Amino acid sequence: MKLEHLFFIFIFPGILFTSILGLIIGWVDRKVSARFTFRVGPPFLQNFNDFFKLLGKEATLIKNSIHSLFIAAPFVAFGTLSLLATMIGVTLFYGIGFGGDIFVIMYLMMIYSVMIVLGGASTGNIYSSIGAGREVKLLIGDELVFVLVCLVPIIKSGYQLNLESIINFQASNGAFIGSASGILAFLLGIICIQAKMTMQPFDIPEAETEIVEGPLMEYSGPPLAFWKLNHFMMYVIFPFFLILIFLGGFNLTGLGILWFILKYVGIVVVMIIIKNTNPRIRTDTALNFFWKYASPIGLLAIILAILGV
Amino acid sequence: MGWYNKRLAKSLWVFHISGSPCNNCDIEILDLITPKYDVERLGIKLVGSIRHADVLLVTGVFNEKVAPKIKKIYEQAPKPIFVVAIGSCPSSGTVFKNSYNIVENRESVIPIDMYIPGCPPKPEAMIEGVAKLMEKLNG
Repeated sequence: MKLEHLFFIFIFPGILFTSILGLIIGWVDRKVSARFTFRVGPPFLQNFNDFFKLLGKEATLIKNSIHSLFIAAPFVAFGTLSLLATMIGVTLFYGIGFGGDIFVIMYLMMIYSVMIVLGGASTGNIYSSIGAGREVKLLIGDELVFVLVCLVPIIKSGYQLNLESIINFQASNGAFIGSASGILAFLLGIICIQAKMTMQPFDIPEAETEIVEGPLMEYSGPPLAFWKLNHFMMYVIFPFFLILIFLGGFNLTGLGILWFILKYVGIVVVMIIIKNTNPRIRTDTALNFFWKYASPIGLLAIILAILGV
Repeated sequence: MGWYNKRLAKSLWVFHISGSPCNNCDIEILDLITPKYDVERLGIKLVGSIRHADVLLVTGVFNEKVAPKIKKIYEQAPKPIFVVAIGSCPSSGTVFKNSYNIVENRESVIPIDMYIPGCPPKPEAMIEGVAKLMEKLNG
């Protein structure tokens, strides 16, 4: 391992960059949500203050819980997301492949949900258990659609699995969003991200008014701080992933920087608008939506991609 | 700890306990998160779980039935935690003062850091109370 790799993991596309950008975008989310309801919203450094405050609080353990799992879950999730951020970021900013392919990314994204389930179920709290169960159901719902969405760029790039080859193919042949199958898959991708980040209308596992943040209910202090940070890091990772597989990445020279900001902020704003204009749906409605309506559209996108449209 | 207290002052997460109130104070507390008063601009958030809280808002006179439960909730909270008593009931007992089922010494149940009297207190009064708590934390 070279010094350069440590820099990738800890500083630039990895932990530090993703955390800071995630906390800032988390503020954008809270501010825009507040403006939607004609409120003023929190100050700029609010999420940083929240994070540092939670780091200094007492971490409570529950007598009857599985302590090792309870403590390990947020940190393993943090590690997973850091790895994801590094892999996606390195491919986007430097054009270097990391040796794995798109399936590694899909598995790592699933590990995050599994960690939420394990952390929530380890406490023995009834609300946490309900939340963990709902997370599994939501995962069953969105995972199929997410796999279908990821298959479209693979097919369109001539059955290449490396992120690097996908982005190079788009650089020479135009971004996949320019085709009918690309647009369909991209829209489904945004909905899947919404479900994977458990934002409204898919905040079923963390329904604050119903089961008080579900799996996170018993967490306090530093573990809770890392759960919150994980959530904000996903504001960076998932839009970057979509940009990578559909929007043709970045070109960070001259006007390219403007395009980078436009693509990223565009996706985030669409997510925030969906979040603020939709109420929470029931678990069965979510499963219905993903299996009955979203999956056939995903299949249609794949057929279109094979036909070359 | 000055640096940490400043962070804490800017992100007070509030958990709300009803200690046998008449519900008026609870409704006034909810006014604080409406567009008109919006305490999120001060970093205040209403949370649903005691494990996430920094401030406990207690309303009502504590009767014999809820006092042990309030004590239990206080013990479950991660420290440091501040207890703010909202309304005239916790500070004086108002019309329930000499009732048979009231805990006379409310500070023996949980240590109360601040009283905001009023029946119910106006949202402005509650925001002033929060501002004084922040002032104290900022030193």
